[in-house]
Amino acid sequence: MAAVIEIKDLVKDYKLGEVPVHVLKGISFKIERGEFVSIMGPSGSGKSTLMNILGCLDKPTSGTYDLDGISVGRLSRDELADIRNKKIGFVFQQFNLLPRTSALENIELPLLYGDAPAEERRERALKALLAVGLEGRESHQPSQLSGGQQQRVAIARSMINNPQIILADEPTGALDSRISVEIMAIFQRLNREDGITMIVVTHDPDIASYSHRKIHFKDGSVQSDDRIAQPREAQRDLERLPAELAVA
Amino acid sequence: MKKLMMSTGIALRALKVNRTRSGLTMLGIIIGVAAVIAMVGVGSGATARIQQQIQSIGSNLIIVLPGSISANGVRLGSGAMVTLTEDDAKAITAECPAVSIVVPAVRGGVQVVYGNSNWATNAQGVTPDYLAIRDASMMSGQFFTDQDVDSAAKAAVLGQTVAQNLFGESDPTGQIVIIKNVPFTVSGVLTPKGQSPSGQDQDDVILLPISTAKQKVLGANKANAKAVGSLMVQAIGPRAVDQAVEEMTALLRERHKILSGQDDDFTVRNLTEVFAAQETSAQVMSILLGAIASVSLIVGGIGIMNIMLVSVTERTREIGLRQAVGAKTRDILSQFLVEAVTLSLLGGLIGIGVGLTSSLLISHFAKWSTQVSPLAVLMAFVFSGLVGVFFGYYPARKAAFMDPIEALRYE
Repeated sequence: MAAVIEIKDLVKDYKLGEVPVHVLKGISFKIERGEFVSIMGPSGSGKSTLMNILGCLDKPTSGTYDLDGISVGRLSRDELADIRNKKIGFVFQQFNLLPRTSALENIELPLLYGDAPAEERRERALKALLAVGLEGRESHQPSQLSGGQQQRVAIARSMINNPQIILADEPTGALDSRISVEIMAIFQRLNREDGITMIVVTHDPDIASYSHRKIHFKDGSVQSDDRIAQPREAQRDLERLPAELAVA
Repeated sequence: MKKLMMSTGIALRALKVNRTRSGLTMLGIIIGVAAVIAMVGVGSGATARIQQQIQSIGSNLIIVLPGSISANGVRLGSGAMVTLTEDDAKAITAECPAVSIVVPAVRGGVQVVYGNSNWATNAQGVTPDYLAIRDASMMSGQFFTDQDVDSAAKAAVLGQTVAQNLFGESDPTGQIVIIKNVPFTVSGVLTPKGQSPSGQDQDDVILLPISTAKQKVLGANKANAKAVGSLMVQAIGPRAVDQAVEEMTALLRERHKILSGQDDDFTVRNLTEVFAAQETSAQVMSILLGAIASVSLIVGGIGIMNIMLVSVTERTREIGLRQAVGAKTRDILSQFLVEAVTLSLLGGLIGIGVGLTSSLLISHFAKWSTQVSPLAVLMAFVFSGLVGVFFGYYPARKAAFMDPIEALRYE
């Protein structure tokens, strides 16, 4: 298997006044195509900074980052925007949907910055909407959707451009436990059926147990990097959960 | 092109979401554009009216009046002695190449009587060339002829004001009016000209053959039967006016035997020049009005900048998200720029409507003539677009160069 992400000696420093703060202290790892990785660690451990760099939103101070064979470190602002558009999907804790904009148009958003004509955009957005189980909610605005539904719209948006990787930053942080499992079920399906590499940042060990590999962060370094022999199946867990919680 | 359509779509949606705010922001531009259009309309209307008045006194017209002369060191008033004659008029016609027509004139106040009504007016003795030199035309009847002048016929041409005061609505042509106990046949009525640039009623006049006027009405000058009150001279073209003045001055000095160093015994007045000054001041006025109105357009532009800055700050997270999903610098830049330009162009369009309406209202209620040229409308529209670009660029740039991480994290 080819590595979709390869980072080597990644260092990120911030300057707070005179004193530089070392947020990432020389991290190296590879993520193979089709892996499902969870990144854990206490806040301040540097996992958000790492996610920003992996998401091509930020550049490392030193070290290299190859994404799908492209060395990202030297790319310009607009070239990075293009990489984010084509290769990366983002899912955020706060969903980050455009207010007063329909679900379908929210899903379509990344396509607006590509070359797809309007009809194709609509078609693909509709397909993604159905894939996350939001049939009939096409014209609902975020304020008319529940948290779980909003996060599904966000997931549909992240997968619209058939990205190499989806980066999810605390995707279940604002959701209750059953909805969280539902979201993880969608992630597992995307990972298994579409072969999208999933990287999920979480501090919830339950959520991490749905992944195939757990990377622990502490003080800007990798503390542990373990394969999970038997990842949990979110779909099976859902069937066992009491039905009355399923309303949301 | 596709990108622009897309930006326009996003911009229109954003403006629709904040309807009240967009409307109020546009109001600045609407008022600015409307003010420019209405003010320029009033200004160019005034200029056009003055031009029309200048036309009404006759084009390229020069008036020669008898001047002051000194007799034994005592300076006598203008016209106190006979200095201009019909022979001068003939000589000017014959010898000055820059002059096309000369009309000698005498004038005086008279009481005109018809039946039991009468009217005090200004009688002018002239020749038939008067029509050409004053750009005048007949509303009814005929002007008197050269034969009438030679034979001192008792024919009269009435101005509109005189005709109305004596005859009301009926046609005076062929009727008899009495001036100083002499019966005159009315041969026609002049087309009204309205006010002169100096505010005189140019229609309150009765025209007689110059010979008849001198012999029967105003009385011939005892010293010189050929004396005239003034000469109306037309130059062959607008550029020839100065040359005509020079030629005439030289010729008249020679004919009047004035030695070099002595003052002229006549005065030459270039009327076009006098009234052109009024035209210039009206144009300056119109530029001034336009400039003051433009200030409000600029203030409107600052309003746009202000609201766009607020909007950019409010939508920081949206900007961050758009950047995260692949919007490039120019995508964000054009989104906000198009939003600002849409505001200003839409405001410009509405402003043009309001401006045209208010200039119509001004001319209707204030009775000022207003004139809005298509060029002024186009300029106002283009200028409002430029205001949008100018004042929208800074906020749009601010949005486009945001750091996506900070923008996404913005609360």
